[in-house]
Amino acid sequence: MKEPRCETIDSLRFRITKRFGAKTVLRDFALEVRGKQFITFLGPSGCGKSTSLNIVAGLIPPTTGEVWIDGERIDHLPPEKRGFGMVFQNYALFPHMTVFANIAFGLQLQRRPAAEIAERVQQMLDLVQLLGYEGRYPGQLSGGQQQRIAIARALVLCPRLMLLDEPLSNLDAKLRVEMRAEIKRLHTNLGLTSIYVTHDQVEALSLSDWVVVMREGLLIQEGTPQEIHDQPVNIFVADFMGFRNFFPTQVVAVGPDRDVEAAGNGMKIRGKTRHTFAPGASVVAAIRPNDVMVGGDAANPNAFRAKVDIVEYLGREDEVIVTLEAGGRLWVQTAARLTPGENVTVVLPPERVIFLPPEEDGGTV
Amino acid sequence: MKRPRTSEPSELDLLAIACLLPSFLYVLVMFVYPFLYGIYLSVHPLKIDGFSLANYIAFFTDQYQYKTVGITFRLAVPNTIVVVAISLLFAYNMRRGIWLERTITTILVLPISLGVILLSQGILGFYGGKGWLNQLILGLGLLEDSLVLTHNFTGVMLSLFMQQFPFCFLMLLGYISGIDPSIENSARTLGANPWTVFRRVMLPLIAPGLAIAFALVFVMSFGTFASAIMLGQPSGSTRTIAIAAYAQAFEMFDMPYASAIAVIMGLFQLAGLLVIILLRRRMVTAATMGVGKR
Repeated sequence: MKEPRCETIDSLRFRITKRFGAKTVLRDFALEVRGKQFITFLGPSGCGKSTSLNIVAGLIPPTTGEVWIDGERIDHLPPEKRGFGMVFQNYALFPHMTVFANIAFGLQLQRRPAAEIAERVQQMLDLVQLLGYEGRYPGQLSGGQQQRIAIARALVLCPRLMLLDEPLSNLDAKLRVEMRAEIKRLHTNLGLTSIYVTHDQVEALSLSDWVVVMREGLLIQEGTPQEIHDQPVNIFVADFMGFRNFFPTQVVAVGPDRDVEAAGNGMKIRGKTRHTFAPGASVVAAIRPNDVMVGGDAANPNAFRAKVDIVEYLGREDEVIVTLEAGGRLWVQTAARLTPGENVTVVLPPERVIFLPPEEDGGTV
Repeated sequence: MKRPRTSEPSELDLLAIACLLPSFLYVLVMFVYPFLYGIYLSVHPLKIDGFSLANYIAFFTDQYQYKTVGITFRLAVPNTIVVVAISLLFAYNMRRGIWLERTITTILVLPISLGVILLSQGILGFYGGKGWLNQLILGLGLLEDSLVLTHNFTGVMLSLFMQQFPFCFLMLLGYISGIDPSIENSARTLGANPWTVFRRVMLPLIAPGLAIAFALVFVMSFGTFASAIMLGQPSGSTRTIAIAAYAQAFEMFDMPYASAIAVIMGLFQLAGLLVIILLRRRMVTAATMGVGKR
């Protein structure tokens, strides 16, 4: 069956502040994005990502602020007038209606002819690969099936903006990976604009064209998944993106092309930074466990002697904690099978080491 | 746990039975025995030896008596509808919490703690012929004559409403606020305005709770006694079936006849419940299939 393509938005722009009583959930959270993209709001729970999605949907009013779509201000519109589709973490299907009635609900409200409704519901069931389930009730479906029906129910109306609020959080790990690919496929094939809220960095990186990292109601960093992954702006984003090793150091010298040489903890470390630091400044060196190399000559730059502490089997690789001779612990992911107590040389490749401002600065870009 | 039928009862089973015994005895002595004794009494009239349906026949052939059934229905049905409808209105609009919720809920619930007698006295004092309300209306010159709100049908309705509203409201509030808000939110994003959300999504989900509310309020209203005496015309327009039973028992001292009337009252209450249950089945066969929250 031919998949329909939906009219979608060209741009979304907002600047919102939201307070619940004395608690500020969103502090002047501003964003401007192009349409036809997959945009992810990424952050830990309580960072305001779901609240901002609900404000865009019209389900929660902002305390102050504006939401604009294609040059039209929409924050005064009730949710039913916005033409957005929304998918919720707990599926939110109508338990008293069959799968057919759930998907047909929006079309019936638009007073479409019955024949058209029946055809489009079939088309959607085909799209989410649940043909033949139209007579079932939500309570008779598995979590993954329910979520696919919820997606079909939103997509059947061809929403100009698709909002997904942690849609995979209630599914088990295997299903999550399957559904992730499914969501990406539907987004691409239908030519949608989607905003996806998640606390899972893997979901954010694998799905998105544009990632917005949030913390405590503030926008911390936005960019392409590559940018967020390789050049986090501060310790918070770096930690979220899988940097596990952080060393407090002082800048010794700044080279061309954003090279930095720093010293601290009895070690000299070379790396890169996206920030401008002056010599003598306090900085934090960071590296991912799987970027650390084991073995090699201890005379190399960024090579350190260490002793293996703990080895955890992860399958293809081991997760290893080593104690550096100079002091401090280092998380390493390596295929080299090490044994606790063994002395090794670890190398932190300079192109993989990044320097970040210390935590107090916050350091937003 | 499945166990072969022939096996000896284990200690655990004996212990469980022993623990159940006091409550079982209590129900037996305080409810089952008086109930069955009442039925037994009702078919053994005073002037006849042995079994007879004379009391039941007497009730349904005496206009003064059988009229009470109609009177009771005329009170109980409108009262039930009004109480449940207003409770639903309040509970639905308070489902996501409101400003000063605790204070407002406390005020609404206060009448429960007062008891029927105190409440009725209060209604007499406020709504009575020389009550505050009438004094205010006459004092302001809004009306020529005072409103007659007590010692008639209206008085009983007022009293029943005040007794039952808090309880019904709290029950529905608990039921409605337990429905996952994202169900409602998803309906909104699919293009439903608040009224459509209520009619097509929320009402079917509330229906089972609504049926329970209807059933309980109806049974309570049908058995009304104290308010019908204190605020109504116990010998005329509000002579409910409970008053008829009381009169037979403690004015005519005809316990068997009184028991028969009580049994008849119970049967009508049961019939009312049956109607509500059947209506509920028709309305929401599917709503019980599963709830979105899991």
